[in-house]
Amino acid sequence: MILFEADGLTKHFPLRKGLFGRSNGAVRAVDGVSFTIEAGRTLGVVGESGCGKSTTAKLVLKLEEPTGGTIRFMGKKLHDLDAAGLREYRKSVQAVFQDPFASLNPRMRVSDIVAEPLITNETLTKGEARQRVARLLELVGLPDRAADLFPHEFSGGQRQRIAIARALALSPKLVVLDEPVSALDVSIRAQILNLLRDLQRDLGLAYLFIAHDLAAVAHMSHSIVVMYLGKVVEFGPAKTVATDPKHPYTQALFAAALPSHPDETREEIILTGEVPSPINPPAGCRFHPRCIHVMPRCSEVVPELQTAHGREVSCHLYDAVR
Amino acid sequence: MSDRPLLELDKLSTHYVTGRGTRTVKAVDEVSLTLRAGETLGIVGESGSGKTTLALSILRLLPTAAHIVSGSMHFEGEDLLAKSPVEMRRMRGKRIAMILQDPMASLNPLFTVGDQVAEPVRVHEHTSRRSARERAGALLRSVKIPAVTQRLREYPHQMSGGMRQRIVGAIAISCEPGLLIADEPTTSLDVTIQAQYLKLLREIQRERGLALIFITHNLGIVAHMCDSVAVMYAGRVVESGPVRRIFNAPAHPYTRALVESIPRLGEGPERLTAIDGHPPDLISLPAGCAFHPRCPQVIDRCRIEAPDTVEVEPDHRARCWVMAAGPRSRA
Repeated sequence: MILFEADGLTKHFPLRKGLFGRSNGAVRAVDGVSFTIEAGRTLGVVGESGCGKSTTAKLVLKLEEPTGGTIRFMGKKLHDLDAAGLREYRKSVQAVFQDPFASLNPRMRVSDIVAEPLITNETLTKGEARQRVARLLELVGLPDRAADLFPHEFSGGQRQRIAIARALALSPKLVVLDEPVSALDVSIRAQILNLLRDLQRDLGLAYLFIAHDLAAVAHMSHSIVVMYLGKVVEFGPAKTVATDPKHPYTQALFAAALPSHPDETREEIILTGEVPSPINPPAGCRFHPRCIHVMPRCSEVVPELQTAHGREVSCHLYDAVR
Repeated sequence: MSDRPLLELDKLSTHYVTGRGTRTVKAVDEVSLTLRAGETLGIVGESGSGKTTLALSILRLLPTAAHIVSGSMHFEGEDLLAKSPVEMRRMRGKRIAMILQDPMASLNPLFTVGDQVAEPVRVHEHTSRRSARERAGALLRSVKIPAVTQRLREYPHQMSGGMRQRIVGAIAISCEPGLLIADEPTTSLDVTIQAQYLKLLREIQRERGLALIFITHNLGIVAHMCDSVAVMYAGRVVESGPVRRIFNAPAHPYTRALVESIPRLGEGPERLTAIDGHPPDLISLPAGCAFHPRCPQVIDRCRIEAPDTVEVEPDHRARCWVMAAGPRSRA
């Protein structure tokens, strides 16, 4: 079942000059992005800084208003929802952020941190709230006594567990995980990734998993969307995309991911240059200035997402195989 | 290549002592390492395991609260601990150079890139402004910076992260050092830029016969770049050896768990092997082996007594009672 659907999602941030300045151009952070998230499954988003993955997360969380395109949640257009519907949406979509040292209020006890969304959204007695908190802490593998402590009394991994407990308080259907393990110590990451997997299995959660660690994304996701400069370049089943990427950018990205073993050899594709500015992205295919397979057509015609080799890919190389 | 190692640390210990001398943190504890010319050594460990303090000890750039309390340290046969501050200053940047994690913090925002790349050459080799400037241009070309003449006149903020880190690299190699210490040099870079940078470092290393110490928490970088590796945990090197040995047949339970806990590309969705617990607080280390509360193979002895280093094979050493108890069939 399709839980979440983004269709042609666009976010342009206008650029202004001076005090009463007119708009001159825009940062095209997300430009016509479409993807779907199925209930109980994980969609991984990969791409380098500036590709629009964080803006996409904000659009999904409704922390930013899209300038174009539509979002459907459980079949309903977000745009058409009334205040009550939006409140319901915000309860169903929660987030866990990168740095649990920044995302937890140091002056609140863990019980208050986890109970806060419950108190805001539901009418509960103190005793009921306390019980719910205890159940949530148990769910994320924290001891009972954690409820009375403050965030600074925990290690990074445990703090991330608190953040997860808080995100789960309202029984969401979709959780946006924005780099959930990159701030943690290496020996802790596997614990948290395993916990997220268990929670998905037990609670039927869907995840939007954003990370720059490609192996972690491939490990966690059922499908992967690869973004470059605000556009989707490839979208398909995780295994297909990770083991046999078709877009030249995805190929370079996965080739650049470091091996996990010294005997593991990879084809060496090293891109030249850097990601251009999203203010004035290259014409045609946005990747063409760095692409090794560039053709005359690439600088003129914007490639559309098309189905090829069991995934969707936006590249002129696959125009013929349709 | 001579038999004498380029860098040799023997039971080096660096401790932080609090203001009143009441508490001691053993940030680096009896670390022994050797590195030959042209080789790459990876130092892996989690935050707080003492990797950076170790690097700063080698350069003797420690903060005032930290003291090298015992052990010895030799570079090209010279005793680094016997050197005066002035002599050390002549070493740094000239014979041992360092690259730090955040290039924006290591570059001065008020000086042009040209001035900063030329500075070590002018200071150490007393060359004229003009020839230093020419050297700076050549250095920027060797780290693949385009439009060099223009870039030399620009300031760090005008460049991207990857370019800044390459400039820091150019400064580090400007006086042709024998040893380059890179402390998490690619953590702030994107993957494709990281790949560019690592390739560049390897090329520079090959051309100049540079020895590299790579400090990282990323096992992928170690697998990709290093000849040998030292794994640090709570200030101690718990295992060291050739990189293939460490990945194929890790002897210490911590190393084994670390190698198994990283997700691999192209592998199915099975569970990762997680390490229980969390890294210890250096102020209150557990008694005995610091890893024992998290170790799946813990025996009674581990709780009481810290293990000594045992040689598993030539060049492959580990600090573990289970290893010391005798050879054990390996899975």
